[in-house]
Amino acid sequence: MASVITRVKQKQIVQLIAKGKRLDGRGLMDYREIKVEQGIIERAEGSARVLLGRTEVLVGIKIEIGQPFSDTPNEGVLTVNTELVPLASSTFEPGPPDENSIEIARVVDRGIRESKAIDLEKLCIEPGKKVFIVFVDVYVLNHDGNLIDASALAALAALLNTKMSNYEIKEGEVKIKPGHTPLPIRRHPITVTFAKINDKLVVDPWLEEEQIMDARLSMAIDDDGNICAIQKGGSGYFAPEQVLEVAKIAREKAEEMHKKLEL
Amino acid sequence: MSQKTEKLIDKKGLRLDGRKPDELRPIKIEVGVLSNADGSAYIEHGKNKILAAVFGPKELHPKHLALPDRMVLRCRYHMAPFSVQERKSPAPSRREIELSKVIRESLEPSIFLEYYPRTGIDVFVEVLQADGGTRCASITAASLALADAGIPMRDLVVACAAGKVDDTIVLDLMDTEDKMGTADVPAALMPNLNAITLLQMDGILTLEEFEKALNLTLEGCRKIYAMQKEALRAKYVSVKEVEE
Amino acid sequence: MPTFFEGRQLVIPGDLIAEGEYIAGENAYAEGNKIYASRIGMVEYENKKVNVVALRAFYIPRVEDMVIGTIVEVGFNGWIVDINAPYEALLRASDVLSRPFKPQKDELSQVLEIGDLVVAKIVAYDRSHNPQLAVDEPGLGKITRGQIVKITPTKIPRLIGRKGSMISMIKQETGCQIILGLNGVVLITGKNLEDEELAIMAIHKIEEESHTSGLTDRVAQMLKEEKVKREEIKNESEN
Repeated sequence: MASVITRVKQKQIVQLIAKGKRLDGRGLMDYREIKVEQGIIERAEGSARVLLGRTEVLVGIKIEIGQPFSDTPNEGVLTVNTELVPLASSTFEPGPPDENSIEIARVVDRGIRESKAIDLEKLCIEPGKKVFIVFVDVYVLNHDGNLIDASALAALAALLNTKMSNYEIKEGEVKIKPGHTPLPIRRHPITVTFAKINDKLVVDPWLEEEQIMDARLSMAIDDDGNICAIQKGGSGYFAPEQVLEVAKIAREKAEEMHKKLEL
Repeated sequence: MSQKTEKLIDKKGLRLDGRKPDELRPIKIEVGVLSNADGSAYIEHGKNKILAAVFGPKELHPKHLALPDRMVLRCRYHMAPFSVQERKSPAPSRREIELSKVIRESLEPSIFLEYYPRTGIDVFVEVLQADGGTRCASITAASLALADAGIPMRDLVVACAAGKVDDTIVLDLMDTEDKMGTADVPAALMPNLNAITLLQMDGILTLEEFEKALNLTLEGCRKIYAMQKEALRAKYVSVKEVEE
Repeated sequence: MPTFFEGRQLVIPGDLIAEGEYIAGENAYAEGNKIYASRIGMVEYENKKVNVVALRAFYIPRVEDMVIGTIVEVGFNGWIVDINAPYEALLRASDVLSRPFKPQKDELSQVLEIGDLVVAKIVAYDRSHNPQLAVDEPGLGKITRGQIVKITPTKIPRLIGRKGSMISMIKQETGCQIILGLNGVVLITGKNLEDEELAIMAIHKIEEESHTSGLTDRVAQMLKEEKVKREEIKNESEN
């Protein structure tokens, strides 16, 4: 009885939300329990695993040397990819990334890029020729709702865990030296996602809430409370007042998260 | 082939990671780790970190994929981009496609496929970190995931590899030994029925060497089988202990 | 005639349970005169029959079983129902409408829609056909209230208890109505959400510890303690 949510349950969720509560006992603006573990894939340059309720996301960071983009010859390259692997949910099919997978990757990317979390100029080796490329691979291992927030958090934790090899340039070749340097991270964007259910807003929707929601709104907030990414998803809509309310609460939630996770 | 500038076995007969030729790497197994899958298992074998999940039995859509008199087993072996030294593209490689097939064929003999016609079982293996011997560890975990899903089976399947490095037959090759050695023989076994369900070889061996390698890997399989049993018991016996 | 495992011992697929003049029962199979387990579970000897009470198994439909399912598709002349089994079940319109079905006149989705829960009986099932359901008995039909819990079907007898002792105890302690689908789906209807949650807690505990003894008493104890706890929290918040 996997993907169809029963009408009885749907009604219960909606009735409870009208009374300010959710089926799992949370308040409308409460996150599920969050656990963050860093460094679990030793082979990767950085890694982290996030458990958001039962949603589980693993992020691995690989660093390689390559060419910069022609319009940013002095900057390293950041690239984010998401895999919704089939073992995470009976609704995920094997195959190339679909629109959901690509959306998550691009929203996570936007939060990191627009907040300038990584000092990309420090990743330049030889302007116009050689830079470090940071591959952020988001691997969803169990889908129980709110993949965007879990992925963004895991990506940030993995980047904070990332160490790059030291190097020197000898005769035009990049030679690896012993020792490591942490990836230069200067901002810590946190993404907060809301779902609209029957005109009420809830934070951190779990799977069944996502199945019945009208729409969702995600916002990435940096350390100073600036909004650095927004994404509305789903086929419903938001009123302008709701959007501003979301922005206000997202900033509060992001600050809570910063303190709680000591990021 | 590679230049053997580095010795893989030292004067004391120990390998690069300090193991004796017939020693297994440390293994840790946990059953039932994913909430969405019908069955799952996680294994750490040396530096390998592998997750296996099972969905099914369920009706196959489109229906023409189903068989009228038995279950269909589908298997996907896949490596995460960050699982290897140089980042790997997430798209399936030819190697992953071949391994998906041989892993499927190693598990099929253990399942009572004829019990549930017209249905299918999906087995998904994700390699999160790789260090040689991933197909064997994948089979060991996938078999446990099948048992965890309540699929009726003749036996568990357990797998291990042996090979030749520096003129010595050794058990359980890690990545460096695999790349720089001269033979790699992975095998999968149904231990109670003493049936080999996967057997491959990469490299070159004399008949005597092959026999030695085969016996060594089957011995290794049996040792790992004991750990599979332990992992299954740990899941169900632990509750009893808590109460007493 | 040796046996290698005693009753109530845990076996896993491939374990050799007995050798000699035995018959393979549930979740066991014979190879020559050897009986092996085919699922994880506890050994149970029934004279010469060797059974394994499975700890992990999915539901296999049986004719006459009462099951609880979800409508997943509205078809041409009936509905497709998910009964938590490898096979989808069919509920024919004619079996629900209790009169001949007129395709032009009757709008099926007005009777039962996708997402509706039904209690039904399996009236037909064999190897070449999907199970067929009927709702033409009292107590069967659409469910409009309550919560659903899924457990491994082989544990339903444990949930019932000896002579119904376990299930009666839970109904009494929580004040809930409980319908047990033999497909491992349990419907709990209480006066309020908190009571339903108590019953769900009890059911989860039974599923986890089904292979232990003294369970009925422990579950009753847990429910009593939980109710006291909730009273205290309520009193605190009122003061």
